[in-house]
Amino acid sequence: MIRPNALTPKLVLSFGALVVLGCIVPLIVEDYDSYQITVAFSYGIAILGLNILTGYNGQFSIGHSAFFAIGAYTSAIMISHFGWHPYATLPFVAIAAFMVGFLFGFPALRLEGLYLALATFALAVATPQILKVDALEEWTGGVQGLFFDKPDPIMGGMSIDQSLYYVTWIVFVVLMALTWALLHSRSGRAIMAIRDNPIAASTMGINTALYKTTTFGISAMFAGLGGAFFAFANAFVSPDTFNFFIAVYLLVGSVVGGIVSIPGALLGGLFYVFGQEYAEEVSNLSELIPPPWVTFGIFLILMMYFAPFGIWGLIERGMARLKRPSSS
Amino acid sequence: MPLLEVKGLKAYYRQTEALHGVDFELDEGSITTILGANGAGKTTTLRAISRMVRTEGSIKFQGEEITGLASEKIARLGIAHVPEGRGTFVRQSVEENLELGAYTRKSKTDVADDVERVYAYFPRLKERMKQQAGTLSGGEQQMLAIGRALMLRPKLMLLDEPSFGLAPLIVQEIYEIMARIREVEGASMLLVEQNANIALNLADHAYLLETGNVVMSGEASILRDDETVRRTYLGY
Amino acid sequence: MDLFLQLTLAGLAIGSIYACVALAVVMIYQATDHFNFAQGEMAMFSTFVAWALFQATGSIWLAFVLAVAASFIAGIIIERVIVKPVESAPVFNQIIVFIGLLMIFNNLAGWFWEHTTKTLPSLFSEDMGFESTLISPHNLGVILFTLALLLVVFLFFKFTKVGLAMKAAAANPDSARLVGVSVGWMLALGWGLASAIGAVGGVLVAPIVFLEPNMMSGVLLYGFAGALFGGVNSPGGAVAGGLIVGVLENWARQYVPGGSELGLTFALVLIVGVLMFKPAGLFGRVVVKRV
Repeated sequence: MIRPNALTPKLVLSFGALVVLGCIVPLIVEDYDSYQITVAFSYGIAILGLNILTGYNGQFSIGHSAFFAIGAYTSAIMISHFGWHPYATLPFVAIAAFMVGFLFGFPALRLEGLYLALATFALAVATPQILKVDALEEWTGGVQGLFFDKPDPIMGGMSIDQSLYYVTWIVFVVLMALTWALLHSRSGRAIMAIRDNPIAASTMGINTALYKTTTFGISAMFAGLGGAFFAFANAFVSPDTFNFFIAVYLLVGSVVGGIVSIPGALLGGLFYVFGQEYAEEVSNLSELIPPPWVTFGIFLILMMYFAPFGIWGLIERGMARLKRPSSS
Repeated sequence: MPLLEVKGLKAYYRQTEALHGVDFELDEGSITTILGANGAGKTTTLRAISRMVRTEGSIKFQGEEITGLASEKIARLGIAHVPEGRGTFVRQSVEENLELGAYTRKSKTDVADDVERVYAYFPRLKERMKQQAGTLSGGEQQMLAIGRALMLRPKLMLLDEPSFGLAPLIVQEIYEIMARIREVEGASMLLVEQNANIALNLADHAYLLETGNVVMSGEASILRDDETVRRTYLGY
Repeated sequence: MDLFLQLTLAGLAIGSIYACVALAVVMIYQATDHFNFAQGEMAMFSTFVAWALFQATGSIWLAFVLAVAASFIAGIIIERVIVKPVESAPVFNQIIVFIGLLMIFNNLAGWFWEHTTKTLPSLFSEDMGFESTLISPHNLGVILFTLALLLVVFLFFKFTKVGLAMKAAAANPDSARLVGVSVGWMLALGWGLASAIGAVGGVLVAPIVFLEPNMMSGVLLYGFAGALFGGVNSPGGAVAGGLIVGVLENWARQYVPGGSELGLTFALVLIVGVLMFKPAGLFGRVVVKRV
């Protein structure tokens, strides 16, 4: 899991099975569930970006809510003010988010570990405020935000929610495949080398600065795309939605799913939405049970003690143990 | 009764066994040196005594078993460890480093006296009293590390490769000072060195380690003068 | 001129609180080499505890002292029980643990005391016989109290054996053990002190911004900004940084168009700027490391 799995027939088959499974789901659940899962995918896409940045490249971010917001707002503004079709905005979302991430990557070069976490923390806390600024209100809709319509179904016979589900799922799946391809390329090896030993990496001739800023850009781009789909699913954006706690929840999803993994992003996104929902139901059962995020906090801490590579990490460890002949 | 008595000492880094049952002892007032090539386990031995690695076996200091104790307790018993790489507090000043060496001591006047004594041994440190320790040269940091150990008023000093990375002239200077310390304070020292020649000139007894085992021991002067030993084990 | 003076003094008052937070941040950083992101939430929780004690005892000073003492102990316990297991783990794991703490405290406060705003009276009441148009009694009290506190902390680190030992334990735990320092307990002490100072900051700021679970996140950010700006290796510098940030924020609010909305952004720019160009801050010492 420190390195992505190799290209084996088994990998291709399991991935294919996953894709097919994902396609079947909306046909058997309610529209509301499709909507929820779509939201989970949008978080998942952002989490995938976070995994690339932190899990595979070693740069911290507890501020990905900012890039998530940039994607959401770029799309919302183009839809509301310029009448663009939601899906047509995606390339611009990608570019805008990439550029902001790439530019943020430069100061990030000077910062390690905690200091970088601190800078991204600041970015996340400041984002809602920036979005509310009077001067930009004409574009951003200020405190109220922007409303628009969800995208129309791409094919006849589908509901709006089902259609959006499919588009989001396809994009997610494609991004997962692209991420896998990236990490398996020479660039991918460089990215991971920088994580493991930056000094050695640079002495081997890797342009660490370029890789790090580009990775930041890519990560932000993913988060931005996630944000856009999040906006589509909810049909509105507002500044206070994109506060620091989103960054925290994304990080939680990432850690729980498994930060050094690709499938972990999917698990993380699902956990974000459904874990929260079930935890709320549980805590409503009794006055004595603390609210979900207290339990999550405790859960998160325990994970760091016992399962630092998240659920996917546990799965992989389990699979490895099954394969090994009993000797350990 | 020897000051330090080690029997069947094994030491582990994670799962790897680095010392395979080492025996040696050290008498009060003597300087014993542990020699050997890189990776022989010399540093590990000192670390084992200070409980910085996992151990098995028996280590007795002044007749009492110390194997289970935490590092800071071992220091409080009067064992001062000058670690590999000096272990200086780089952000603190020279003065503060010496103060820290005296952390376990109670009497302020005694501590002040000891600071002066250390400066007497190492005048260069006095010149750089307020300087940030990280800016000192390698040789000066080694002096500071030894000075810090002296501040403990130790019954036993553990020195890990004091000559490491230093120019020959500085090494000589430091060893001359160490000889004087021994004369004046009567300090007992367990000295780990790769530079066998200079260690054998100072020490009374010597042990030779090879991949985690003691392969030879004896009086330093005899080992130093024995040509076969020198050529086979000490490389000169 | 009066307005300017009023603004500056009010800025110093809020700046003193940022300085408290900055100091707590620096304290933990000096003791443990970590930035505790949960600092703000812990301080907020302590302030709620103070409020509850006030409801129970009717005396704000008694509630204050008890809350600070309780925070000190809680800080020690949290370090020994929750932070210790990841002491030698990668930085990432430690950050996640802090974030976990953040989530726990934030939501625990909401659960115990609901999300309604509470009022906490000032420690420095109106009828202490002090009157001035330039500055309110509370603000003046805040400034003086904080300065006194900071002086004590400064002296502690500079001149006491324990203070030096704490710094040494953070900087080089192995060597610290070799001179007889119980590193684990030094870390715990650092957390205890930081939690106590955070509680002080919380009680001082509550009368100004009103007590509710999200009270501290902005304050924490300003505190971080102040700490970095002044120099994260230097308690005095961090304090100066907090004060400066407070004053600058107040000035910007008044004199810079759109300034009132962009306080947090300003903090962000400050943080990133400092980290980029002068990581040691205004007053910090640059740490020399030989590679």
